[in-house]
Amino acid sequence: MSEPMVRFENVTKRYGALTVLDELNLDIERNEKVSIIGPSGSGKTTVLRMLMTLERINEGVIRVEGEPLTHEERNGKLVTASDRHLRRVRGKIGMVFQHFNLFPHMTALQNCMEAPVSVLGLPKKEAEERASELLEMVGLGDKMKHFPIQLSGGQKQRVAIARALAMRPKVMLFDEVTSALDPELVGEVLNVIRKLGSEHDLTMLMVTHQMGFAKEFSDRVCFFYGGKIAEQGPPEQLFGDPQEERTRQFLSAVLEAG
Amino acid sequence: MSIWDWTYVWAAFPYLYRGALVTIQATLIGFAIALVLGLVFALVRRSPNRLVSVAMAETVEFIRSTPLLLQVFFVYFVGPQFGIVIPAWIAGIGVLGIHYAAYCSEVYRAGIEAVEGGQWEACIALNLSRSRTWRAIILPQAIPPVVPALGNYFIGMFKDTPILAAIAILEMLQQAKNFGAENYRYIEAITMAGAFYLLFSLVASAIVQATAFWLNRRYHLQ
Repeated sequence: MSEPMVRFENVTKRYGALTVLDELNLDIERNEKVSIIGPSGSGKTTVLRMLMTLERINEGVIRVEGEPLTHEERNGKLVTASDRHLRRVRGKIGMVFQHFNLFPHMTALQNCMEAPVSVLGLPKKEAEERASELLEMVGLGDKMKHFPIQLSGGQKQRVAIARALAMRPKVMLFDEVTSALDPELVGEVLNVIRKLGSEHDLTMLMVTHQMGFAKEFSDRVCFFYGGKIAEQGPPEQLFGDPQEERTRQFLSAVLEAG
Repeated sequence: MSIWDWTYVWAAFPYLYRGALVTIQATLIGFAIALVLGLVFALVRRSPNRLVSVAMAETVEFIRSTPLLLQVFFVYFVGPQFGIVIPAWIAGIGVLGIHYAAYCSEVYRAGIEAVEGGQWEACIALNLSRSRTWRAIILPQAIPPVVPALGNYFIGMFKDTPILAAIAILEMLQQAKNFGAENYRYIEAITMAGAFYLLFSLVASAIVQATAFWLNRRYHLQ
């Protein structure tokens, strides 16, 4: 059995007295597509944010390909990771945000070139080729010179996906990436994610409210409740035959809302 | 004797011209210091080290809460008692620059804080270094919107340059006063100085507006 791509070991996250994640244990295999669903406040977005190192964890360890992300080994002991260590390990992870977070003062192309040039040290020309290829792939070959403000929400999110991919991450995190979009723009973004899943070797972890998409796309769905995984399993099982009362309640509430 | 005598106007010109050069130089150099140092203050203020950040905040507060004239006196008159002798010109411009740096740092800070949190998160997610994050992402978004506020301090500093007269720097207002004293005739010289201050302020504010407009367009900000 090979090392999981990502492993959460007894990870706890608190904000003051509030425990957002309570001793989370979760393994994600290489190339696995995992969806995280659950009511708001259940800690699902926090899982992604901790993995992206946007939040520090209070207890436990997160490992990426067996290597501790939040900690590093020094003299045989695990200590809190230094910035240098964080920068090295988080290079394996890319993230797409609910609100895109594109750089407004750069064109779509520049957005996708910035990190490859300044972080990976790619020559400009090579970075530009890589960026244009990715923008083509997300269907924005004709928008490369556009600034974010000139793009629709769906287009912005596709640029954001291309921007994250330009760093060649092994794990991609999608944090409610269609929640800020007008309904008619959701499809174009989901299509891109679908394409990524089938054409690239990528481990994908997404927090989503699109139950239909989660069902069709994921290998596994985790239902979060109160900072814990209340239930997980293949989508057919979790959506078709949920074992937990809370899962059933959540699903019926969501499906009712349409 | 008429109220306004043109012969005094012509006679006062050389004085005012010399003074205006000093005033403009002091303003430009002083404000260059304020712009750079103010940014440094603002960045130090955001240091993750609490001690450093609090010390910076207190320093800025201290500078802003004491009169500019007092600070000029302190450096120029008190300094020599401790063996620190600084030429008037350097002391004057230096203090002007540092004083306004304190104000500018607050303006920068407002600009930096107005940048969306998501921008920082995107920088972390893309693994940008700290310095690259500041230079390429945060400051290009933080500064253009605060250019008008910085411009106000530019004009404010310009109008504060007569303070330099207190340490015997012959800036424009002092020149006008000297001319008046020598000729027992103040109205022309002082009025002309006033007209010049007004003219410079108007021109400067037009330049500031144009700069703000250009920067916002250059960086595609709204």
